[in-house]
Amino acid sequence: MSTNEPLVRFENVQKSYDGEILVVKDFNLDVEHGEFVTMLGPSGSGKTTCLMMLAGFEPATNGNIYLNGKPINNVPPHKRGIGMVFQNYALFPHMTVAENLAFPLEVRNIGKAEREERVNRALDMVRLGDFGNRRPAQLSGGQQQRVAVARSLIFDPELVLMDEPLGALDKNLREQMQYEIKHLHESLGLTVMYVTHDQTEALTMSNRIAVFDDGVVQQCASPSKLYERPDNAFVANFIGENNRLMGTVEAINGENATVKTDSGDIVVATKINVSSVGERTTLSLRPERIFISPEDNKTPNTYSAMVKELIYHGDHIRTRFSVCGDDDFIVKVPNSADNTSLIEGKEVNIGWMSEDCLALDG
Amino acid sequence: MSSTTEILEQDGVSLKARLAKATAVQKKRALLLTMPLVIFLIVSFVMPIGQMLWRSVNNPTVSNVVPNFAIAIQQWDGKDLPPESVFKIFVEDLVIAKKNREIGKTVGNLATRINYDIPGSRSLFTSTARKAKKLKAPFKKSLIKVNKKWKNPALWLSLKRNAKDITPAFYLAAMDLKYNEKGDIVKADKLYQIYLSNFIKTINLSAIITAICIVLAYPVAYVLSILPLRQSNLLMIFVLLPFWTSLLVRTTAWIAILQTEGVINDILVFLGFLSDDGRVQMIYNQTGTIVAMVHILLPFMVLPLYSVMKTISPTYMKAALSMGAKKSYALRKVYLPLTLPGLGAGTLLVFILAIGYYITPALVGGEDGLLISNLIAYHIQKSLNWSLGAALGTILLVTVLILYWLYNKIIGIDNLKFG
Repeated sequence: MSTNEPLVRFENVQKSYDGEILVVKDFNLDVEHGEFVTMLGPSGSGKTTCLMMLAGFEPATNGNIYLNGKPINNVPPHKRGIGMVFQNYALFPHMTVAENLAFPLEVRNIGKAEREERVNRALDMVRLGDFGNRRPAQLSGGQQQRVAVARSLIFDPELVLMDEPLGALDKNLREQMQYEIKHLHESLGLTVMYVTHDQTEALTMSNRIAVFDDGVVQQCASPSKLYERPDNAFVANFIGENNRLMGTVEAINGENATVKTDSGDIVVATKINVSSVGERTTLSLRPERIFISPEDNKTPNTYSAMVKELIYHGDHIRTRFSVCGDDDFIVKVPNSADNTSLIEGKEVNIGWMSEDCLALDG
Repeated sequence: MSSTTEILEQDGVSLKARLAKATAVQKKRALLLTMPLVIFLIVSFVMPIGQMLWRSVNNPTVSNVVPNFAIAIQQWDGKDLPPESVFKIFVEDLVIAKKNREIGKTVGNLATRINYDIPGSRSLFTSTARKAKKLKAPFKKSLIKVNKKWKNPALWLSLKRNAKDITPAFYLAAMDLKYNEKGDIVKADKLYQIYLSNFIKTINLSAIITAICIVLAYPVAYVLSILPLRQSNLLMIFVLLPFWTSLLVRTTAWIAILQTEGVINDILVFLGFLSDDGRVQMIYNQTGTIVAMVHILLPFMVLPLYSVMKTISPTYMKAALSMGAKKSYALRKVYLPLTLPGLGAGTLLVFILAIGYYITPALVGGEDGLLISNLIAYHIQKSLNWSLGAALGTILLVTVLILYWLYNKIIGIDNLKFG
């Protein structure tokens, strides 16, 4: 195994089911050993198709997929040695939990004694030691999920694919399973490719996230980079909450761009993917980066805003302002003693730093 | 604890009783709605079957035709000939019976019944009855004078046996057994041993037909279940087409195809595989029965299989492949076990239908391809030995029930899925 090669490489991969529409348009991605890479995107964006092409269930229409440097386009799925966790677990209902876990080992002609030992170890790993003789139907959703994960890992694959594995679980269980999978990834040194449409899940678990839209990867970066420095308006919108102000570029000044919003206000923003004066742009602002009644000169952008609505969220108060022509400007105000001055219908100053305001494509 | 008991017991009325009271009207209404079907089933199913069961053991002829004699002969120990007193009552009863015209109570009925046991004794009864009025004591002597066959102790033993209202005789006959002259149970004559071998042949043919149906239906059902809806609907029409065609039309179509001057033989002769006088006999034998019945019963195998396969998520196979199983291994270890409920239902359905099938073997089975149901029909329609027909039918019913019970033991009836 050469460590210089990425474990997985997609090279100009295209996929079409009907010969008319490309579901995946031009997919390029390298996954390094030990990485946790998530493919995130709205449904129908092509992320599951990419996973299925890697697993071998769908042939790529064009381009190459490499595993450890070797092209695998013509390798049948059972010879790829990739572990897989499916959305609805796909535990065989006619086998007990232990039989399910032993299946990949039986296929590999591993002796009975070793099989039993490894099954027991796997059951302990997912804390289901006493459940070996149960049928999948007798387990709860979370337990089934853990068995499915254990089954995909039991034959020690280098790479594990997970196709929205937590989609069927309720919120609390989903969060708990996110941490469990993350810990397994870290303690076993696995490489994981994970598909989800849940951005919180992607942010919690991944080393890198590839954001899909319309068959194209919009951005592939670490969670913090995606959140703080999105490449374009789609990523900014898709990851986390986001206030948008539409405007036109007035001047470009090094890293900064001066933008005149449609309401006529002038905003100094960080230039991301605007290049020339007169271009249309979307200003992106995270709701937690807005200051209420900022001290003088602290923020280069300060405007008078009308409080439209206050929604109590416990730890913070979601406040809807009308500012710079946007009636749905959301600000998350910490629930502290300082911020009791907000009253619906009253005017107040709000402001933000230029580095927190991103000038993206229009 | 005490509050729980309080809820369970209110004013001394238990929760169960209150619940029953609250739902009583609903239950009554539901029961009322099922009544038409229940009545229909009782009239059209339970009663005829009950009657068949009764007829297969019921043997009223002797006690109906010669009632006093039927009681008197039970005193006889079965050695030599009955005493003179019994002969006297027999002749007296015969005189009365001669005048009787009521169906089932004539001397002719008696003659027919004894004729089953002792062939050739029919005319003995009818001719003696005509002279009975003129016979004088001692009756033993004068009866033998009329016909010396009355000296045969086997005849009187047969009369004694048949004087009882309940008899196992029809079941014995249905299993190729009979009473010998001494009244012991022995095998029937070689010439009359036709039922057991026919039962075995029926079961064998049904098993072959079921096996062929499985082999043909399984891949079809699989393809149906994975094809897109448009194509699978079209294919489904082809599967169901036999259902929409008259059974008679389908069967006669096979005659046109399979007969010695039929389509297949013509093509084989035309292509030179067969000489014109070496045409193969494919119909009016077991081959014809098997071919036509597989065709007719195939949908009953496809439909339950399809309905089960449709529910099997393709991710099971994908999961098996991703774990390193070859396609054939995954099919055997994962897919096949998941289809067992449908396979079991189809097998049971086809086998039970085949074992009792009548029209097709009657039309294309010839001598060789006749099944047990054709023999039952013969006894009901031609020989008019309804009791024997009923006994054969009862054995068939019991065989099917045993198979059903076995199936339940092995696979479990809860796992059946008919669609």
